[in-house]
Amino acid sequence: MEISNVTKKRIKEYLAEDKRFDGRKPFDFRDIKIEFGVSKNAEGSAKVTMGNTVVVAGVKIETAEPYTDHEEEGTLITTAELLPLSSPRFESGPPSIESIELARIIDRGIRESGFIDFHKLCIKKGEKVFGILLDIFSLNDDGNLLDAAGIAAISALKVAKMPKYDEKEDVISYGEFTSKGLPITEKTPLAMTFHKIGNKIIIDPTREEEETSEARITLALFKNKDKKDGVMITASQKGNDATFKIEELEEIFEKAKEKFKELNETIEEQVK
Amino acid sequence: MTYTKRYDGRKHDEMRQMEAKINVVKNADGSAMFKFGDTIALAVVYGPKILHPQHMQNPRKGILRVNYDMLSFSVPERKKPGPSRRSQEVSKVTEWALNSVVDLESYPNTVVDVHIMILQANAGTRCAGINAAALALASAGIPMKEMISAVAVGKIDETLIVDLIKEEEDYEDGEGATDIPIAFLAKSGEVALFQLDGRITPAELKEVVKIGRKACKEIYEVQKKALKHMEEK
Repeated sequence: MEISNVTKKRIKEYLAEDKRFDGRKPFDFRDIKIEFGVSKNAEGSAKVTMGNTVVVAGVKIETAEPYTDHEEEGTLITTAELLPLSSPRFESGPPSIESIELARIIDRGIRESGFIDFHKLCIKKGEKVFGILLDIFSLNDDGNLLDAAGIAAISALKVAKMPKYDEKEDVISYGEFTSKGLPITEKTPLAMTFHKIGNKIIIDPTREEEETSEARITLALFKNKDKKDGVMITASQKGNDATFKIEELEEIFEKAKEKFKELNETIEEQVK
Repeated sequence: MTYTKRYDGRKHDEMRQMEAKINVVKNADGSAMFKFGDTIALAVVYGPKILHPQHMQNPRKGILRVNYDMLSFSVPERKKPGPSRRSQEVSKVTEWALNSVVDLESYPNTVVDVHIMILQANAGTRCAGINAAALALASAGIPMKEMISAVAVGKIDETLIVDLIKEEEDYEDGEGATDIPIAFLAKSGEVALFQLDGRITPAELKEVVKIGRKACKEIYEVQKKALKHMEEK
């Protein structure tokens, strides 16, 4: 169902007093729950619930040809499907720009942070490497699919186990897993999206809030103890028609640092 | 080795030679070419025209539709013609950026088509595309709240620079390369496009915004000059 103008107006009036319909403050996340084992047949899979938003991500591993400019590195392909079953606003058909954008931002965060040591996925230089296929699906959309998808993606990658691989025969025995995980590092990227509604900035919007949002900016961060800030930003993207003031961006960069620590703790508690 | 001296000898805050020209495609309602050194973008505007199919029309205002693409031979390794995931994303972020300045309330049920084509690429293509598109829109007489200018700011290893070339984008030593395309509205200085790819601290990012703002003021001057010298059709 479409969000009515009167609801949007009410959301803005509430936010003017730093209030939200569900009682949260502007920079509060909803409760985050991470579960595993969506499918036994995936090398790794995770389901993330944030309020009423539910997203699943799964990892499959195959052998692939490396890219010509990165002959000794494994590959990563990220896709996202916003399933019609998760919201009346999604329709079946070719990937929408919304799903392409979501997958690309998450892909960039994972790739650029150094979360995966792609060199360790090389089987034979220039000829054969392990390719990671990371697929994300929405199961229920109540806003902020991107941040939920980011958590689901890194959770699935963290718990993934390499399948049994016979190098001589060059066959993967799907369904038989080794005890070895993917070569992941400490640099876990986490995506956080900030929304501008009127003069207020909020995070983790519900669907109603997202509909009211005039502009958004996603930042993917990872921990870096060598830096004074303690974190680095590894991917970012602004979306929608409205603009951000320079001061608003500066506030968002600072806030992201603070929220990252909190979000990272929540995830570390649940992903062992 | 830290990256201090740039490959092409420019200063850290020095832009490549810019060039802007209006009215380069005669059929169009507005058109422009914008160059950052070897990067050449062509932008062409058709409209406002009645939008078909009818159910896509907005009875309250006209809509803007942006299509960004690259010529197959604009890059060293041939690009397969037709839309890719990348080009679709660039089209969308460009559309958002341009939407922040155009005002199509006087043209309900219409569409303004903006076609951006990269003729020759050496990094910064989406920014060159936005600069050209802003000029094409202005030359087509589309109502605009203000001008918009875009530039790529980068961090190469630990050095902040402006208007990257491809070799800088591909830098892999030290902290590698971070690419941050950013667009500002000329007068209000608000940020209409922001993307990032790489590794950078929040403190450095604040500096990036300042560098981008300064560069966009220079770009705005080039755009203004081109509009002043606009030939009569």
